[in-house]
Amino acid sequence: MSEFSVIGKPVALIDSAGKTTGAGKYADDLTLPGMLIAKILHSPYPHAVIKRIDATRALAVDGVVTIVTGHDAPNKYGILPVGHDETALAVDKVRYVGDNVACIVAESESVAERALELIDAEYEPLPAYFDPEESMKATSDFIHAEKPNNVEKDYHHVFGDPDQGFREAAYILEDRYLANEVTHAAMEPHSTLASFEFDSQTGQPGRLTVWSSTQVPYYLQHKLSIVLEMPMAQIRVIKPLVGGGFGGKSEIIPLEIITAVAARKAKAPVKITYTREEVFWAHRGRPRTIVDLKTGVRKDGRITAVAARVIQDGGAYCSYGVVTILYSGALLGALYDIPNIRYDGYRVLTNKPACGAMRGHGTVNVRFAFESQLDELAVAIHMDPAEIRRVNLLKPPCITINGLRVQSYGLPECIDKVLQGSEWASRKGKLGRGRGLGMGCSHYVSGAANSIIRSDMPHSTVNIKIDRDGGVVVYTGASDIGQGSDTMIAQIVAEVLGCTLARVKVVAADTDLTPVDIGSYSSRVTFMNGNAAKRAAEEVKQKIVTAAARKMACAPEKIAMRDDLVTKSGAALVLPDTAASVSGRVEGQILRHSVQQKRKDEGPKDQMSFEEAVVAAIDFSAALTGTGSYAPPAEARGGKHKGAGVGPSPAYSYSAQVAEISVDEETGVVTVHKIWAAHDCGRALNPVSVEGQVIGSVWMGLGQALQEEMVWKDGLLMNPGLLEYKSPSAVESPEIITYIVESIDPEGPFGAKEASEGSLAACIPAISNAIFDAIGVRLREAPFTPDRVLAAIKARNEAQKAAFRGSNEASKPTQFREHGGSLWFKGRGPMRHPADPARAGATNEPDAGDD
Amino acid sequence: MKKELIELRVNGRSREVAIEPSKLLLDALREDLQLTGSKRGCDDSSCGACTVLIDGTPMLSCTMIAASLSADDEGRGPEITTVEGVAEHGAMAAIQKAYGDWGGAQCGYCTPGFIMTVKALLERNPEPSDEDIRHALSGNLCRCTGYTQMYQAIKAAIRAEQEGIASAGR
Repeated sequence: MSEFSVIGKPVALIDSAGKTTGAGKYADDLTLPGMLIAKILHSPYPHAVIKRIDATRALAVDGVVTIVTGHDAPNKYGILPVGHDETALAVDKVRYVGDNVACIVAESESVAERALELIDAEYEPLPAYFDPEESMKATSDFIHAEKPNNVEKDYHHVFGDPDQGFREAAYILEDRYLANEVTHAAMEPHSTLASFEFDSQTGQPGRLTVWSSTQVPYYLQHKLSIVLEMPMAQIRVIKPLVGGGFGGKSEIIPLEIITAVAARKAKAPVKITYTREEVFWAHRGRPRTIVDLKTGVRKDGRITAVAARVIQDGGAYCSYGVVTILYSGALLGALYDIPNIRYDGYRVLTNKPACGAMRGHGTVNVRFAFESQLDELAVAIHMDPAEIRRVNLLKPPCITINGLRVQSYGLPECIDKVLQGSEWASRKGKLGRGRGLGMGCSHYVSGAANSIIRSDMPHSTVNIKIDRDGGVVVYTGASDIGQGSDTMIAQIVAEVLGCTLARVKVVAADTDLTPVDIGSYSSRVTFMNGNAAKRAAEEVKQKIVTAAARKMACAPEKIAMRDDLVTKSGAALVLPDTAASVSGRVEGQILRHSVQQKRKDEGPKDQMSFEEAVVAAIDFSAALTGTGSYAPPAEARGGKHKGAGVGPSPAYSYSAQVAEISVDEETGVVTVHKIWAAHDCGRALNPVSVEGQVIGSVWMGLGQALQEEMVWKDGLLMNPGLLEYKSPSAVESPEIITYIVESIDPEGPFGAKEASEGSLAACIPAISNAIFDAIGVRLREAPFTPDRVLAAIKARNEAQKAAFRGSNEASKPTQFREHGGSLWFKGRGPMRHPADPARAGATNEPDAGDD
Repeated sequence: MKKELIELRVNGRSREVAIEPSKLLLDALREDLQLTGSKRGCDDSSCGACTVLIDGTPMLSCTMIAASLSADDEGRGPEITTVEGVAEHGAMAAIQKAYGDWGGAQCGYCTPGFIMTVKALLERNPEPSDEDIRHALSGNLCRCTGYTQMYQAIKAAIRAEQEGIASAGR
């Protein structure tokens, strides 16, 4: 008999039937009687003062109920306490093309759309900034008045003695790497439905209920309370099914606030669902990142020092920016043993949609640079790329130079697995011209050890109640966004209580019903909510065991619970004929009555059904409930330096990958044939989900490596649709072989750690390193589109490597299908100030002023 | 725009709806018939989340005018099948069960579209090769799964159809 009866076995997600039959409800599937639809007017200017908004003509349209502008909700908010710089609708000025200007509430979508056209909005354009390095030089017209030089935040960290480290190096490489902007593009466009109820005492709109596509219901509740000036207790946020997030729903998106403000003003339920183009403007994805990286190694491959200067093009608002730029530096540590680190990070504001958190938050682009450079260093010192990684492994348990505590470390085994799988030793460098193998490694946090809002409160709390029917109800604030967290919670509870999965019902992510969980981001849910669920279940189990022990006349330690049976240890296991059916359900009522009667007649026995034990426990100790919570231990919370709060995690996941690719040197097309991906998730609670998360991460990395890129032209997004923003389809997606490595973390629930993000970052360098193996050309700008591959080949052929490094111009895409979205079609954008430096050389005359 | 009464054949039944003549099939299904299983994921007919079957052929309901599918006076018209019409005899179809068991659905938003595409594929070609499957699925986008586990699900569903539903599980 295996150690566990529920965890470790592949199970279908407990909500999968709703998804495959269409019965499951996402936010946009919900309607309320009398519900109105709202549409948002977006700015056609990248940077402009709003002079006037006249809605007279719009309000005259039959079916229009009201208009909402920034003045209806002027309180600033933002996901980070240090970044309260947003209003849901612009109050004084707009900061990017697509910024939210006004919102029309109407009886139908078509009426609202017609009325939008009739809003007279007048703007005074300001100079706009699109390139972070240019933006940093600004001396006037700052994007936010309180942020001089448009720098949101900069950090300068030194750990160890980098100068001495570089002096000790036998070989040093220094290069600029560039990763372009990518976005989550979750399949479900954001949607929010908000409804007020009248208060019986005051007769005024009172409690608010919001259904929203969010990864963070509790943060939404908090920010709504700030903007609407309502107590949090008056606001209920419910997360229905969410159609993917990847970070794009991990903060408050303007429509979530606008919908609530509109519902209050319209005195009716209001729903807003973004179009796909609006999703691109709401964005919050991975910023374009410039990484100037310098690494030194000794002849034996040991890294002596790393220096990184990172500039992120953050867009117009702070969003998660401060955290992103800190992760970029902090997670240079905890993968390899690096004795000396210098990190200079700049988060810069530009007049583009805000960037935020995206799968692999902050680490991905720097990891691409680092793993590429490590590969180059291996070549330089004639060492196998796998060997140089092995030479620099950490020796856990340890604390890295920048204060990150590492306890479980499955990276060595991950490397072994992918080397074996890909037959690295016999095939690397031997596949012939145009075909190659490349390797990359990565890691990620299992939740941040310090929450966004600094406090000592638990990061997760879970409640459980069991009634006399034997049904286990778990109340968790965890937000299942498709990653399977509800299922994970049910599995953990079922495992601890020794009952079948079918007994467990999960009530999740409803701020009125479920205790606080800070959300689904930074891969924290399994570790933190899982631990909370485990503790809650253990509390309940204790009550059941105590009652069962009394009934069986033995010590509580003698009682075991498994497979719906409560057994006295040492006693022979007797399977009752009324044992759980295949579905795990037991004919409760009948069984309970008859067995209770029987037990009275017979006296103590060696075994009880789960139901009998539950009834005994309720009889013995009244209500059968339990609560568990989790807060990361103090030792895991990192150092004391400025910015030390970001990076520490109770545990890190580890990944290694090998990619096999071929390059067509005529066309520049890179084809990925196969990826071997090993991931250390601590323990795989649900292997089918872990595998799915790892494959999904690798695949998303593949998209960023080869084809995904947000293309900008004077602040206007040129590819705001899924046709032009090229997410890999089934025919472009290679076979991905996964290896699950279980390092059993000492603090994870049953040893489990992160599984959903860590694998993404390794894929991009694995592919770039494979391209080098195939054709001897180093790609330093992602994605590796045919244009860039050809440019790199050309640069090599002309032996102009130095020139190529100095300029990224050579590899800018030229063959891109552009349409620029609805603004472009309407002949409106991009418009800008005549004095705008970005206008130099532009042919279209600005249509200054009136729109 | 003034609404008109039309009759649609949906999931084997005749349904009357009063809709604007320009209304898209997807909106008519979701808003007027409350068949919210079909999803809208894009603005440009590129994602496939709204896929339904029209007389057995997978088509994008976001680019079809609902009124163009209206039945004639005798109630004869194209048969529209949505994901809500896939379950058989009150139980989930093999492909629906297999998508759950094998991780074919994560967030599930694209899933109804894939289910419709796969259903049409298997009706046309009960034993598709890997290549056939990849090509059939290439019109539907998924951002969660990387498609790999969908292939496993589809193969399991084929086995289940051939050998009985019990073999579809893992």
